[in-house]
Amino acid sequence: MAAYVFRRLVSTIAVMAMVGIFVFLLLRLAPGDPAAMIAGRSATEEMIAGIREKLGLNDPMPVQFIHWVRDMLSGDFGTSIFAGRPVLELMSQRLEPTVSLSSLTMLVSVMIGVSFGILAAWRAGGPIDRLLTAFSALGFSVPVFVVGYFLVYFFAMRAQLLPVQGYKPISQGLGPWFEHLILPTVALSVAYIAFIARITRASMLEVLSEDYMRTAAAKGASSFAMLFHHALKNAGVPILTVVGISFAYLIGGVVLTETVFNIPGIGRLVVDAINNRDYPIIQSVLILTSGLYVFINLTVDLAYTLIDPRIRY
Amino acid sequence: MLMRESAKDDVLLDVRDLETHFYGEESVTRALGGISFQVKKGETLGVVGESGCGKSVTALSILRLLPKLTARTVGGEVRFRGRDLLELSDREMRKVRGDQIAMIFQDPMTSLNPVYTVGHQIAEAVQIHTKASHPVAAAKAEEMLRLVRIADPERRVNNYPHEMSGGMRQRAMIAMALACSPELLIADEPTTALDVTIQAQILRLIVDLKERTGTAVMFITHDLGVVAETCQRVIVMYAGRIVEQASVIDLFARPAHPYTQGLMRSVPDRRRGRQRRLPEIPGIVPSLREPIVGCSFAPRCPFAIDICRDKTPVLRDVGSSHTAACWRAEEVMGA
Repeated sequence: MAAYVFRRLVSTIAVMAMVGIFVFLLLRLAPGDPAAMIAGRSATEEMIAGIREKLGLNDPMPVQFIHWVRDMLSGDFGTSIFAGRPVLELMSQRLEPTVSLSSLTMLVSVMIGVSFGILAAWRAGGPIDRLLTAFSALGFSVPVFVVGYFLVYFFAMRAQLLPVQGYKPISQGLGPWFEHLILPTVALSVAYIAFIARITRASMLEVLSEDYMRTAAAKGASSFAMLFHHALKNAGVPILTVVGISFAYLIGGVVLTETVFNIPGIGRLVVDAINNRDYPIIQSVLILTSGLYVFINLTVDLAYTLIDPRIRY
Repeated sequence: MLMRESAKDDVLLDVRDLETHFYGEESVTRALGGISFQVKKGETLGVVGESGCGKSVTALSILRLLPKLTARTVGGEVRFRGRDLLELSDREMRKVRGDQIAMIFQDPMTSLNPVYTVGHQIAEAVQIHTKASHPVAAAKAEEMLRLVRIADPERRVNNYPHEMSGGMRQRAMIAMALACSPELLIADEPTTALDVTIQAQILRLIVDLKERTGTAVMFITHDLGVVAETCQRVIVMYAGRIVEQASVIDLFARPAHPYTQGLMRSVPDRRRGRQRRLPEIPGIVPSLREPIVGCSFAPRCPFAIDICRDKTPVLRDVGSSHTAACWRAEEVMGA
């Protein structure tokens, strides 16, 4: 187990190095001169040359790469071209809305998705199952911005129950924070609920026909114990896998949702950065999300051992 | 009269005209065509027949463990200690399962839950039916493993099924089944999936535990040798019906149904030395999707005459406590 974790961490370094090279080249190969962009339209040749020198853009590429990696490892993610402030500072300001939205979405998606899946498998072939299957198909195929504007129209504009858009930090009270997050969370969750419910149903159906489920029934176990104690843990490995995948996909969904609901999170930061060609921000966000992917994958793989004792690394 | 009353008190399980159907896409399979038998307190009843004759369906019908969507018991009664199990609510039925009637299954490799320790699974049976606290149930699990003669029970309770051999898993299944001291244990081919050497050990274990606990056992098998070693009485099933019912001694001494005779001839006998070829019963088992006219065994029966093909024989006395469903039972016994 320890050896496995060690090997995985080593391979993580390799993966991150690849990502690093790719992200680094993204900036150098993209059209346009970063120095010219920083200097602005009215800059003179001398000013641009000065900036080039200051940024080390005249060094050979490998040297630039090494400097860049060294800076990142020491916590310096560069300075925003557009805002002129450290990228790390900008990102940390935008972290709370994104973390709030994505963790709430994951929580809701897993809880509702898994419950729906179990319910559908338990009543397989019945009306509840068919209703939930129809919902999954629909939820999976309607994009976030459609669901989002639909929800805004009915719940915020027509019924005026919830705020139309924006974000309130948690420091201004749990109530306003939650109120502003309800619609974005629902909009973003729909697809994940559908996805998780579908996999849960399939996995549970397979488990429910296993011999040991009959053994559990022969013991006198209740339907609840059969489903949640005996079946769910056996169905857990595929469910955990899709939860991990969902987490990874979530980052794309967050960008859209933050745009629809005008939430000042990392997603919006990236969208603005792309519009402004603010490469240091794009690079840093790419590196950090890649790191997050790798970390989630490792966590999921290790969590398998908690669910199924037959899995040993 | 008095004799009869006390004989009735001895009856633990009284199955009457049990009829179970399976529903396919466009056909109905009459898996059990109305069977009646009794299990007395503390006895071991053998249920014999080839694959698909309805042995397991009988067991699952009694415990109401048939797949809900595809199978239904459509008629009859299952009286257990006087109560008809088919009439019980689901909640009442759950109290019977595992507590008063327990069951062990054919394949110990797939019948235990792979993600929980065997100790946990045995303790669960105890906790479902008693108010036992967790440590008490865990201690009981260890005690049960010792009872089924698993070496090192204090360590084995923490084993997962995949850490045990097939024989050991079947012992664990038996431990789980007997944890609540059931009055009836249904053993559905408990040794079929095991190595021959392990089979004998498991059989001996079941016989031993039965004697120690006084549990009645319904032993489902296709192996007449197992019946001879373990049972007092036997029912022989064919195509969803009981064709013969007798004490083990009578059955082996004077089989009254041609099917029983055929089964016996097809058991290899070491005393006869190497045989050229083991006799088999010619023909195939009839489809249970269509109604059967006459005796279901008639097409394969060397004794069959016209009446066999026209009228279905019912079980009738052919000796003391010996019944057979054959028009020509007397001739068969004399043959």
